[in-house]
Amino acid sequence: MTTERDEVKLIGTWAGGLVMRVMIALNLKQVGYKLLQETPGQKSKLLLQSNPVYKKIPVLIHNGKSICESMIIVEYIDETWTSSGWQILPSDPHDRAIARFWTAYIDDKLPGLFPMLMGIIPGNTVTAAERFTACLQPLEEAFEKISKGKSFFNGNEIGYLDIALGSHIGWIKAVEKMANVKIMTKEKTPRLVMWAERFCVHTVKEIMPKIEKLIEYTELIKLSLITATPRN
Amino acid sequence: MVPNSEVRLFGMWASPAVWRVEWALKMKGIEFEYIEEDVSDKSSSLLMYNPINKQVPVLVHNGKPIVESLVILEYIDETWNDKPILPVDSYERAKARFWATFVDVKCREAARKSFFGEGEERENGIENLEIQLKALDEELEGKKFFAGNSIGYTDLVVGWMAFWLGVAEEAGDFKAVNSSKFPFFTAWIENFLQDPLIKNNLPPRDKTVEFFRLFRQAGSCAKANVK
Repeated sequence: MTTERDEVKLIGTWAGGLVMRVMIALNLKQVGYKLLQETPGQKSKLLLQSNPVYKKIPVLIHNGKSICESMIIVEYIDETWTSSGWQILPSDPHDRAIARFWTAYIDDKLPGLFPMLMGIIPGNTVTAAERFTACLQPLEEAFEKISKGKSFFNGNEIGYLDIALGSHIGWIKAVEKMANVKIMTKEKTPRLVMWAERFCVHTVKEIMPKIEKLIEYTELIKLSLITATPRN
Repeated sequence: MVPNSEVRLFGMWASPAVWRVEWALKMKGIEFEYIEEDVSDKSSSLLMYNPINKQVPVLVHNGKPIVESLVILEYIDETWNDKPILPVDSYERAKARFWATFVDVKCREAARKSFFGEGEERENGIENLEIQLKALDEELEGKKFFAGNSIGYTDLVVGWMAFWLGVAEEAGDFKAVNSSKFPFFTAWIENFLQDPLIKNNLPPRDKTVEFFRLFRQAGSCAKANVK
């Protein structure tokens, strides 16, 4: 249930792909919130209190209650704020299962591919990029069927699976530039390239961080890793 | 009730992910056909229904496949929506889903290291498992089940730790579950395994321990990357 005095806070950073998922969902539902920025390399007391198990962003705090894990938060937002008319998950249980399956796939396969491309861990970035493209291939092939020939995975409007993958677009473009590689291309992933273009011009475009800022942010992360004091 | 419903479940007798789907189907009183898969020689049906992961469980409802056990549980709850498995309140649902990913990602990884690992890797696995068990133990304080007085979604998803973790401990010769360190969790194991739904719906223990012993040997020999 939501009230006039709803208090919504989001612990995260403007650069976080997973945090972006939550920001998109809140924006789609027209829910006002306060972003509590975390400093790279440090974890605030509030974060540690709100997410003692993982100690990670994003965390949504709704009227004092903490909800963790980005796509769980997105689903919570979908179920809690229902008056805007915007539905993030589709209605049909089978369509919902498809969206959940592919989201689990994205969250299993993609995150681990970024650090090498960002230069945070050593490795062959060309191979890493090829691996990334290969991971996107099944989504590329499934796009027509899932979207039912429409513009987004969710149909005419962006939804759960669009948010899950779309939150990575900024970082994909950033690492393509940083590592001088290609991941999403017209040759290998034409449908995803066009879907990404549509996603980026959607109303959520204000939330999408600029590539140059993400590249700067990566340098900050690398610096904080070098200068971090050893943990107890 | 869903009329004219054809439900089939592709599974493997020792798999906890398959059993949690069976528990959910039985909780809802849904009739289904069970098809045992030989995972060393997967059927063309399984590969057709789950081409990405090629794994059980796969639920096929009126010809449409649903894969990944947590996705299947949500699908079952949404499609047959009497006797809900997930909580009604959206905050409680978020908490239930949180615990599901916690046990399926974190605890499973720690259990895998404890079971297959050696030396430092094994020690690290057991240490992590104990931290995770503490979190689960705290969550259970004052409750019979994660869901309250009767079994719900979180109990079904944590359920593998009530039976298969003990099996892994025996087959892998390690110990993580400790009744004095984790009293609420240990009591929950007892309550869960004694519940009529679960008691009569578990694989035979000795056979499962033996299966896991062989599985561990094969894992050590091949240094396989198993799930």
